[in-house]
Amino acid sequence: MTTATAEPAAAPRRPPARVRRRRALAAVADHSILIAAAIAFLVPFVFMLLTALMSDSQALSPRLWPHPFRWSNFVDVFTKAPFMTWIGNTLMYSVLATIGVVVSSIPVAYALARMRWRGREAAFVIVLVALMLPPQVTVVPLYVMWAKIHPFGLNFIGTLWPVIIPAWFGDAFSIFLLRQFFLTIPEEYLDAARVDGCGEIRILTTVVVRLAKPAIAAVALFSFLYTFNDFFLPLLYTGESPNHWVLSIGLSEFRSLHQVQWNLTMAATLLVMAPVIVIFFLAQRVFVEGVTLTGVKG
Amino acid sequence: MSQSSVAGERLPAAALTVDRRRARRKAAWRRRGLVALFMSPWLVGFTVFFLYPLVMSAYLSFNHYDLLAPPRWVGWANYHYLFRQDPQVWTAIKNTLWLIVVLVPLQIAFAFGLAVMLTRARMGAGVFRTVFYLPALAPPVAATLAFVYILNPVTGPVNVLLGHLGIQGPLWFQDPHWSKPSLVGLGLWGVGTIMIIFLAAVLDVPRQLYESAELDGANTFQRMRWVTLPTISPVILFAVVLGVIQGLQYFTQAYVAAGVAAGQASQAADVTAVNLGYPQDSTLFYPVLLYEHGFTDFQMGYASAMAMLLLAVSFAVTLVIILNSKRWVHVAGPAR
Repeated sequence: MTTATAEPAAAPRRPPARVRRRRALAAVADHSILIAAAIAFLVPFVFMLLTALMSDSQALSPRLWPHPFRWSNFVDVFTKAPFMTWIGNTLMYSVLATIGVVVSSIPVAYALARMRWRGREAAFVIVLVALMLPPQVTVVPLYVMWAKIHPFGLNFIGTLWPVIIPAWFGDAFSIFLLRQFFLTIPEEYLDAARVDGCGEIRILTTVVVRLAKPAIAAVALFSFLYTFNDFFLPLLYTGESPNHWVLSIGLSEFRSLHQVQWNLTMAATLLVMAPVIVIFFLAQRVFVEGVTLTGVKG
Repeated sequence: MSQSSVAGERLPAAALTVDRRRARRKAAWRRRGLVALFMSPWLVGFTVFFLYPLVMSAYLSFNHYDLLAPPRWVGWANYHYLFRQDPQVWTAIKNTLWLIVVLVPLQIAFAFGLAVMLTRARMGAGVFRTVFYLPALAPPVAATLAFVYILNPVTGPVNVLLGHLGIQGPLWFQDPHWSKPSLVGLGLWGVGTIMIIFLAAVLDVPRQLYESAELDGANTFQRMRWVTLPTISPVILFAVVLGVIQGLQYFTQAYVAAGVAAGQASQAADVTAVNLGYPQDSTLFYPVLLYEHGFTDFQMGYASAMAMLLLAVSFAVTLVIILNSKRWVHVAGPAR
């Protein structure tokens, strides 16, 4: 510290040629590694696409380049397997569960973040513990529970309701994320609403929800992606009833059940990946907006 | 609150204190009711979908239960079978440990390397970041199918390319020695989420730390070892805990890879329990075995005993990591 102040302040100066050359070489090396890694990450997608465009006989051969390109494979996927049914089931699960997660987690997160009551810290710790434990720990009794109750003579096993209904009772991860965001909302905003005569419910449904839009969007997005990708629980409850399969289960059984080659399987796989990737590119803006809006906290 | 003080001004002094106290108590009860109302979704959900199954799981683990006949108390028999007799459970535990010990450190090292490279990039950092993150977005079933195809022994691109180089590629998902390493490859392909977390942490390291290290004559490697790593160690701890927890739950990739690889080897039409762990139980992880006992054989009591062991191990492992971390995690003052 003292030596640094004793030395004359270094003026911004062009570094000597030797240093510049070394830096340029380092930059080239860095980018070569990055490009090599990027190729390694992209190559699986390329091979998937190439295979998805092959004819049946080509898919059986070790040739890697499709000739001719068979774009109709992407249409054949829908005729070879009940793809539309799987899409419908997936949408039902994802949309209903996502709405449930958002609606039920917001008030819980608000109570944990902005209301003062005894036992609040303990409740928050319990939320976190529930987040850490593997779902396999509770899965057996849950299955038994859904198998034993038959309201109005309905069966839950074989349907997606055992994965949709719990989403309406608060999701630990979403509660955690929303709570962290609610903590950053300045107290003045809430006080201003209170002075205007708002009760806590009005404050939550108007002021907080409006300010927390980016966080809510993020929670909805994560929940949608989670349910879209979910495999274990839907398999558990609907594994034996193909009419209720979601895309992830249908895809995992696609090749063996429908006696199709790798070309159609890869076309189906790409079709399942596509929505997630499209959503990611569309929603990048939601994330950026979220980040800029958190600047309110200052 | 503002209303009670307004009302208080109008009342005589004697009535005021009683009235105010009553009003305050009423407000306190209303507040409590409001808290209960807001918390109610989680309270119900936690009780019905977590606490009750947890207790039931402990109870069922001492019973023989097949969903049809009522549970029959068998004492410690399930645990005795679990620790002493089940021929598959040690294979499953060994496989799970192998996966955690190999995959978690590799993922963290790989993600850290990529994150550091991204911060050094002068051009196209955004493009590279998106490319590295993309596979992590792919649904696990789809990503697994892609890997089983790319690594399939005869027509898979990897072995075809290796063949052109004159190398006989391994059987990957169909060879008991290569199936777990193939799953590690799949795990590294999907490393993007950890990488994004690391990237944010590395970018958050205060510049002046690097500058003072540079003044002290530290080279690039030393700066990374003695500045970057200690500063982001809390994030590494987070990644370790997350990785171990996910390792203990590892199911989808193993289930799908075993099913598809087995179906491909036999060209048989059905994907059944026979395929779990294919080839030769090399991908039989603990959650897969639990699934097999509970939901293909419907030994609910025994599966509950397995779940109790998993609960104890997850709890212990998380605790040990967090307690041990004091030695190597650098805790700064209040963030920012």
